[in-house]
Amino acid sequence: MTRVGRWIGEHLVLGIGLLVLLYMFVPIAIVIGMSFNEPASRNSYSFNQFTLHNWANPCEPIGMCDSVVLSIQIGLLATLFATALGTLMAFALVRHRFRGRSVANVFTFLPMASPEIVMGSSLLALFVAGGLAGQLGFGTILVAHILFCLSFVVVTVKARLAGLDPRLEQAAMDLYANEWQTFWRVTFPLVFPGILSAALLSFSLSFDDFIITNLNAGQEVTFPMFVWGAAQRGIPPQINVVGTVMFLVALGLVLAGEVGSRRRARA
Amino acid sequence: MSQVEAIKAEAETGPTPEAERKRGWVGYLLLLPGALWLAVFFVVPLFSLVSTSLYDPAGSLETGYQMTGYVANYTTVLEDYSEQFIRSMVYAGLATLICIVLGYPLAYAIAFKAGRWKNLMLVAVIAPFFTSFLIRTISWQLLLADQGWIVETLKFLHILGPDGHLLATPVAVVTGITYNFLPFMVLPLYASLEKIDPRLMEAGADLYASPFTTFRKITLPLSMPGLVGGTLLTFIPAAGDYINAQLLGNTQTQMVGNVIQKLFDGGSYPEAAALSVTLMVVIVVMVLLYVRRAGTEDLL
Repeated sequence: MTRVGRWIGEHLVLGIGLLVLLYMFVPIAIVIGMSFNEPASRNSYSFNQFTLHNWANPCEPIGMCDSVVLSIQIGLLATLFATALGTLMAFALVRHRFRGRSVANVFTFLPMASPEIVMGSSLLALFVAGGLAGQLGFGTILVAHILFCLSFVVVTVKARLAGLDPRLEQAAMDLYANEWQTFWRVTFPLVFPGILSAALLSFSLSFDDFIITNLNAGQEVTFPMFVWGAAQRGIPPQINVVGTVMFLVALGLVLAGEVGSRRRARA
Repeated sequence: MSQVEAIKAEAETGPTPEAERKRGWVGYLLLLPGALWLAVFFVVPLFSLVSTSLYDPAGSLETGYQMTGYVANYTTVLEDYSEQFIRSMVYAGLATLICIVLGYPLAYAIAFKAGRWKNLMLVAVIAPFFTSFLIRTISWQLLLADQGWIVETLKFLHILGPDGHLLATPVAVVTGITYNFLPFMVLPLYASLEKIDPRLMEAGADLYASPFTTFRKITLPLSMPGLVGGTLLTFIPAAGDYINAQLLGNTQTQMVGNVIQKLFDGGSYPEAAALSVTLMVVIVVMVLLYVRRAGTEDLL
């Protein structure tokens, strides 16, 4: 093989991989670009003219900021509950031996493997059968969000726990730490990054959910539901401002986490 | 981020050995709150769904439904909506295949070719998904629009006829589904490729296997768990999705999710429930058959 041929052979897969990544970022570029767009008319959704108006007046579309606030409230509460319940479950599944553990493992995985529309409709069927058809709203959305975040928390924390070297805890015990001290001084700090990741994942799942929420929201409007409604009527450019902010905040958190873990690794 | 962490951790170490586990009732106690939540809001609702699907469709939310064991709901929805049902499976299947074609090289590149850029590339895989699913899909409306550069280019290349368009066609729906579920393919694939010892591939090359044979006999079989996992994680949500079909398609591209949502909105709860149950059953059966065929039962 010639040198050129070999170079292409070596880098072909990487090149294709980078092209696929590029493809994944094209819609994001559109979102960021459109956040600076002044639309020609209410119903036109194409780039017309550069403006900072949308960034200066993010709450102009009626109801949009309310929906963002609602989504943040639900996201925070769902994250809190799902992370707490899921972390306990992960500890049980990785660190404890009991009857039915493998059943419990499959059981926590199942919600992730069911289509959202099925999960959403069965919850709705439950609420209706329980006489809550008229009371759909904040509470029912929250219940649903905790449910679908829970499995993701379990999987994430479980992976972190499984990757923990058990000798670290044994060493602590050898140095006369009791179980409680070992847990708080050794185990928990080591698992904490996993719990934090699980919480971030929960929040983004909750903030972004549409299909399950739409079935169980009653009269409440979360941000994805606002976007859905806007997509039928004409999309205000401010939606892209929210999209861009979401993207930047999440990216910032992840990069900060990466830098943090590198610094820890070097120390 | 969390997925990246989780996958890295899982790739680096195995499960906790049995002897390290603690016995006793503490395990049950830790499990209890979460398990109760899953039981009450995941398992019980599945039963409510089945029972709702057997209500007499003559009732309504206001007047209440009669439980009459009305199995005919199933025959009604299957007669009326088999078209949307089959379409969902076809679109989801096509999108999953394209995800494999796009996702495998990307996962391979991250696992073996990225070097010190590995973590950055992993972040890049999930970064586009930090914005909302709906907003991303709406961007595709713009990209695939008749005046957009994609349509113009395809027309210039005569791939698309002069009055051809992409938006509101099956192509647009499958494109959207593929885009939205691609990371669910890439991350599990990466996790299993990452575990492969590169020396195995070098050994293949030393024994005069061509790169293609090495891939077919070593890399591909060893990445099967990731491929199976990725296929399930892509296909299952894709089959139930209706956002792409609604925002990028037309009335001829409706999927089963659109129908279920519409039936619920219209108050036809028994039919909607029957269709949901059917979707769940079909997916479970397909998953079991697929996993058995792929020989990776221990994944579940």
